[in-house]
Amino acid sequence: MKLIKVEHAYKIYKNGTTAVADLSVSIDKGEFVFVIGTTGSGKSTFIKMLYREEKPTKGDVIVGGINVARLRNSKVYKLRRKLGVVFQDFKLLPKLSVYENVAFALEILGLPSSEIRPKVLKAIDAVGLKEKARSLPSELSGGEQQRVAIARAIVNDPKLLICDEPTGNLDPETSKEIMKILEKINQELGTTIIMATHDKELVNRMKKRVLVIEQGVLASDTKKGSYKVHESNKNSK
Amino acid sequence: MTRRKEVIRYMKAIRILSRNVRDSFKSVFRNISLSMASILCTTITLILVAISLFLSYNVRQVTTKLEHELTIVVYLKKDTTENDKISIQNDLKTMANVDSFVVKSKEEWLAEMKKDSETLKVTLEYLETNPLLDSLIVTVKDVKDLKDTALKLRKYSFVSSAEYGEGMVENIIGVFDAISVGTLSIVIALVLVTAFLISNTIKLTIFSRKTEIEIMRLVGASNSSIRLPFIFEGFILGILGSLVPIIMSIYGYTVLYNQTGGYLFTKIITLASPFPFVLIVSGILVLIGSLVGMFGSYRAVRKYLKI
Repeated sequence: MKLIKVEHAYKIYKNGTTAVADLSVSIDKGEFVFVIGTTGSGKSTFIKMLYREEKPTKGDVIVGGINVARLRNSKVYKLRRKLGVVFQDFKLLPKLSVYENVAFALEILGLPSSEIRPKVLKAIDAVGLKEKARSLPSELSGGEQQRVAIARAIVNDPKLLICDEPTGNLDPETSKEIMKILEKINQELGTTIIMATHDKELVNRMKKRVLVIEQGVLASDTKKGSYKVHESNKNSK
Repeated sequence: MTRRKEVIRYMKAIRILSRNVRDSFKSVFRNISLSMASILCTTITLILVAISLFLSYNVRQVTTKLEHELTIVVYLKKDTTENDKISIQNDLKTMANVDSFVVKSKEEWLAEMKKDSETLKVTLEYLETNPLLDSLIVTVKDVKDLKDTALKLRKYSFVSSAEYGEGMVENIIGVFDAISVGTLSIVIALVLVTAFLISNTIKLTIFSRKTEIEIMRLVGASNSSIRLPFIFEGFILGILGSLVPIIMSIYGYTVLYNQTGGYLFTKIITLASPFPFVLIVSGILVLIGSLVGMFGSYRAVRKYLKI
């Protein structure tokens, strides 16, 4: 079953830059996909279109049955509730504890505390931070903070987890830990994971599907692929 | 089943609302310095608004009081026949601007004069005939047309004179009208300025919470649920900002009233009695404060939400 279906998507910014041009790709439920590409390749725009931070100028981007291209700004929250997003800079609330940061995502949905508590504890346990539930983000290491962000992203059991360079700020050892957690989530919960990254070693080691985006187009799409950005365009859809 | 769903929906709304209220209060105290800026800004404006309200209300009251006291005194010539007297009374009854009138005969005038002054009494005793004139005292509906009505009455051949305090009346009315319009426009201007200032102050607060809003959007908070706590925060700030002005106006005006005995400068300018006047003013202040606070936050938070 297709979870994501992108068909002839274009993104042309107001200043005339074409970030994504005629990009088509589809991703199945339960897949683990890397998206790689150099800075300015359109990789970020592609990722941002998936959670409707950017609206495609033309074409269709269908995520979990919702056509992002036709989603009104005031309805974006309906899409966001179906997916989790993890960033390079964690985006945690500094004044809230680990538990509160994760619970935050459920509180705004209006869930009762009795339902929030077990879900939050489960998510925190899944990323291995049970002991630090009461710590503030400032008391945690970078890797631990990213784990909190992952816990927050998966607490609502989303079908899709979008990771925009989640290991960009972390050392290789910590990156490995994060990848282990992501892989575990992918395998145990069946969550589809799309991860943008620059980390060559990491991509080569994981042997997952790799999408290469160059100059706004899909340059290659290989199963069990490896990191090879600067190859010439051997376009395969 | 549907009833059960309704109850669940209702419970959910209550939970979201109570969380919002809690968050709003938290936020006011967490960002205490910025909150204080908003509160002070509201306080200062509302004090000025309160002063303007007291001023304009009292001016209005004096004006209405004066207006009720302004009359046209129509003196009839000595040789006016009874028929003419009746016809002018009938005419007065049909005149549009005439509210009421009383007949005051020369005998009544004489009696009043004698009562008012001993000297006059003695002088008048010497007179064999009453030198005074019969008169009609006319109260008008609208003071602005006082002059026209007086001029109309002067046209009767048997009317000796129709006096209404020419010149002075126009001046007083002009001044009071100017004060009323002036204070009202000051109030409106102040309210607009405060809304703008509060909106900017809250904008600063929100700017410091940009990440929070960003995260809220990311985890799927709807625009209204993001906006609500901020608007409620503006409401709280507005209420807090109106506390001092309310205390000042209740206490200050009561003291002023008691100290002056209810008159300002002269006996002509009477002050409105404090109760329930100050309570009405307090109500208006709370209303302005909270509305301006809510509007300010709404305006400020709009910028950070893609709507």
